[in-house]
Amino acid sequence: MFGHSHTTVHKGFDNVLIILYGILVLIGWLTIYSTSYKPGSDFELFSLNTYYGRQLIWILISVATAIAILLIDNKLIQTYAYPIYIFFLLLNILVLFLGTEISGAKAWIKIGSISLQPIEFAKFATALALAKLFSESKTSSEKKMIWIYAFILILIPAGIALLQDDTGSALVFFSFIILFYREGFSPFIIFLGFLAILLFIFTIYFNELYTITFLVIALIISFFINNDKKYITRNILVFIGSIILIFAVNYAYNDILQPHQRQRIDTILGKSVDPKGADFNLNQSKIAIGSGGFFGKGYLKGTQTKLNFVPEQRTDFIFCGIGEEWGFLGCVALIAIYLALIIRLITQAEKQRNAFVRVYGYGVASVFFFHLFVNIGMTIGLMPVIGIPLPLISYGGSSLWGFTILLFIFIRLQYNNN
Amino acid sequence: MNPLLEKRKNIIIVVMIFFMAIYVIKLFSLQIIEKGYKEDAIRNAIREINVIPPRGLIFDRNDSLIVYNEAAYDLMVIPKEMKEAIDQGAIFDTLDLCHVLDIPIEEFIKRIEKAKAYSPLLPSVFAQQMSKEDYGFLQEKLYRFPGFFVQNRTLRHYPIPVAAHILGYIGEVNDEQIRKDSYYQMGDYIGISGIEKSYEEELRGVKGKRMVLVDVNNREKGPYKNGDEDIPAEPGQDLWCTIDVELQKFGEKLMSNKKGSIVAIEPQTGEILCIVSTPSYDPNLLVGKARSKNYAKLLMDSINVPLYNRALKAMYPPGSTFKLANGLIGEQEGVLTRNTVYSCGAGYSIGNHIVHCHGCGSINLVQAVQRSCNTYFCRAFYNTVSNSRYKSIQDGYLAWKNHINSLGFGQKFNTDLPYESSGIIPSVEYFNKKYNGHWNGNSIVSMGIGQGEVGSTPLQMANFMAIIANRGWYYKPHVVKAIGAKNKPNTRYNEKIYCDIEQRHFDAIIEGMLCVVTSGTGRSAKMDDIVIAGKTGTAQNPHGADHSVFACFAPAKDPKIAVFVLVENGGFGASVAAPIASLIIEYYLHREIKRTDLEERMTSLKLIR
Repeated sequence: MFGHSHTTVHKGFDNVLIILYGILVLIGWLTIYSTSYKPGSDFELFSLNTYYGRQLIWILISVATAIAILLIDNKLIQTYAYPIYIFFLLLNILVLFLGTEISGAKAWIKIGSISLQPIEFAKFATALALAKLFSESKTSSEKKMIWIYAFILILIPAGIALLQDDTGSALVFFSFIILFYREGFSPFIIFLGFLAILLFIFTIYFNELYTITFLVIALIISFFINNDKKYITRNILVFIGSIILIFAVNYAYNDILQPHQRQRIDTILGKSVDPKGADFNLNQSKIAIGSGGFFGKGYLKGTQTKLNFVPEQRTDFIFCGIGEEWGFLGCVALIAIYLALIIRLITQAEKQRNAFVRVYGYGVASVFFFHLFVNIGMTIGLMPVIGIPLPLISYGGSSLWGFTILLFIFIRLQYNNN
Repeated sequence: MNPLLEKRKNIIIVVMIFFMAIYVIKLFSLQIIEKGYKEDAIRNAIREINVIPPRGLIFDRNDSLIVYNEAAYDLMVIPKEMKEAIDQGAIFDTLDLCHVLDIPIEEFIKRIEKAKAYSPLLPSVFAQQMSKEDYGFLQEKLYRFPGFFVQNRTLRHYPIPVAAHILGYIGEVNDEQIRKDSYYQMGDYIGISGIEKSYEEELRGVKGKRMVLVDVNNREKGPYKNGDEDIPAEPGQDLWCTIDVELQKFGEKLMSNKKGSIVAIEPQTGEILCIVSTPSYDPNLLVGKARSKNYAKLLMDSINVPLYNRALKAMYPPGSTFKLANGLIGEQEGVLTRNTVYSCGAGYSIGNHIVHCHGCGSINLVQAVQRSCNTYFCRAFYNTVSNSRYKSIQDGYLAWKNHINSLGFGQKFNTDLPYESSGIIPSVEYFNKKYNGHWNGNSIVSMGIGQGEVGSTPLQMANFMAIIANRGWYYKPHVVKAIGAKNKPNTRYNEKIYCDIEQRHFDAIIEGMLCVVTSGTGRSAKMDDIVIAGKTGTAQNPHGADHSVFACFAPAKDPKIAVFVLVENGGFGASVAAPIASLIIEYYLHREIKRTDLEERMTSLKLIR
């Protein structure tokens, strides 16, 4: 080992990450308690009859798991990255056949009274597999193929999640593109990806003619900005591809999608207002957060989340509880804590000389950020309603357990590496 | 290490912070700039529930409670709660519940289905108005029937089942009443007739408000802010009515199996002491769940017409009692003094028509009252309307009409009595039309003896007796004495009204009325210890036997009670109405009846099947 002067020497696990983890889990439990709180009802801390009782048990299980991970030999994790990946993929495939259907998704394994959602574990497994891929590809032929392998590694679990009817989790695997970018993936291709999404939204929100007009103007402007022949050819190719995409989207939207799917997309994009149907949940979510004001209504004093106006107020919409009871101040504080966690992950990852640990660290940061971005964006109406939990806060054993493992594997890896 | 790629770390962090900054801006807009969400949240989760105050009680003039609220218990069910409990493994003994309620299991299933169809989440009435016993029994085991609870409601109850017409009844408000008065909401109760109607605002009190939290399914989840913003309901005010309930009961008993009416008024105050209209009904019939069924039954009874309040609505020809009024008017108009003598042969003839009489000979006013002489009062009436003071019969009639109106005839009193009729005193125009403008005193002379185109209600007749007892004035007859507390008198009807007959003119009439009882047509009303001034009447009835009428007041020197009795198809006034009136007076003044054989005879007299 060399290069001790390059980084700060850590004489233990990263306490900052552990403390941030603890804070988030505590906020989560307190919010779950508040959303289930009824004045006058008994306080049943370790009871399986209450949401907060069950969540507390999951917290204890997660803490035990975290300690166990910290005790594992580091080499073991790196060596068995692929087997772990394959194991969890198989488990998820198994769910497709043997799983139980809960709220529309056949994504659950029921063991006694406990329900587990194995896709949550595929997240850290995929991060491990990607870390292994990027840390071990050394030959030039391997380097050429690396992006194809990388995409295969994320597309398989994403495909399985789609088969489980879990669109939200499927999208989560694309968050690893952040990691790809750090590892050298072309920003131009990422740009193309975003362009495709933008065109999709434009085509549906306005219509294909407006979108094409807009594209033509953009193309003409691009000639003036950069008239290098190479770029002109490229821009024209992008333009043609875009036109094809627009018509494809137009066709898919009008002729393939079911009316209720169309309705959902329309509502998400704000094209149509449907206060009783698809828009109802979002509206209630905004009322809960909006009514919190600057300081919030105070802990246990929220009405919208407790009285079931907000759907899924303990799981996907738990941010509403925080917004209602802690107000703008609480929301900003929570976002700040998450950003602190993610930035800490990235800076710690960057300090690693072991590529496996660095890549894995970026993977953890990517998944956390994507969840945060989509979940909060959904509750305030900036993102479509995609059901994924708020990391470490939302009620649910699998999610808490999965994020704990995801985070603590990094804490374990970076300790050994320093 | 690729330093170019290490730079991407900063780009990633900056982009992440950028997106989160957008979120913070959006949150700032939602939580601080846009103001509507707070109200939306309150609208969502807080419901105002009206608190219905208890309705005021009603006492009689002697503080007897005659209307009170009785608790009734409705068994309610929320189907979803029941289902959830059963799904979670609660043992629900359906048979036991059916046993308590005494219903078959099929009925149980039917009611649950009905409740579910209404709303699975909102309470529905499962069993209406359970008895106290059933409630007591069920309360013990209610915890074993999840989803069920008991809701209290109040029903009016009448411990002494009399005066149904006057007390009236309450019922649920209809759409029109809700539209007219925003105070009411669906399911509220409102007074529909009687005192319940005319004192609705006093009796109902003021609704309060309770703020409760409700969840997204509109289920109650407890008080809002511990009830700090609740407004308590103000209970309805109690009423003391002028009715003497014992007298009322006695009157109704005397009138049993007869059609007719008794009205008794305290002359000094206009307070109605009893107001009987028979056939009547038990006011408890028009309470609660059986109300509409019983109401329909009463309404369909076209023979007895029990819902019809004869005392206020029925217009009878006043008959001979009207002669007193014509005597007074004749005196006031100067065509008659107490010494005016007319001679009576066999009657009063108009052309080839004759108003028969018994051949009273030459008599003065007092004797004419005593003997109820048709000839005398026909002539008096003719002379009044055909007085040479007036240029025309129209002017003469109008003068008479003004007098008769001032005596309370031909108009409503518009007091707290519901659905009065105004009686009939025809207008000048009516006769002009009828006789093509050519008429004289003889055309309408039958009005002089209370027949022809004249109609009066028992209430108007009783009030007329009060006017005579007071010698020229009255307070409008009314049934409520005090509102809110016994020492808070009802001030609505304390205007002393003078009729346009001078006090001195009453002497001869009263003297005649005394003679009626001592030695005239009304001897059957005579008592040893109470001096009654009265007048019999026999109202001609084209449909059957004549109506027996007696109007009087007593004691003659210091009148305490004015009474009017009409018994349909009772024949001569002396035969039925006079004895009944005297029994009413005896009971009111002595609180006991010595003439029990007379009481028995009158009570058992049956004039209807």
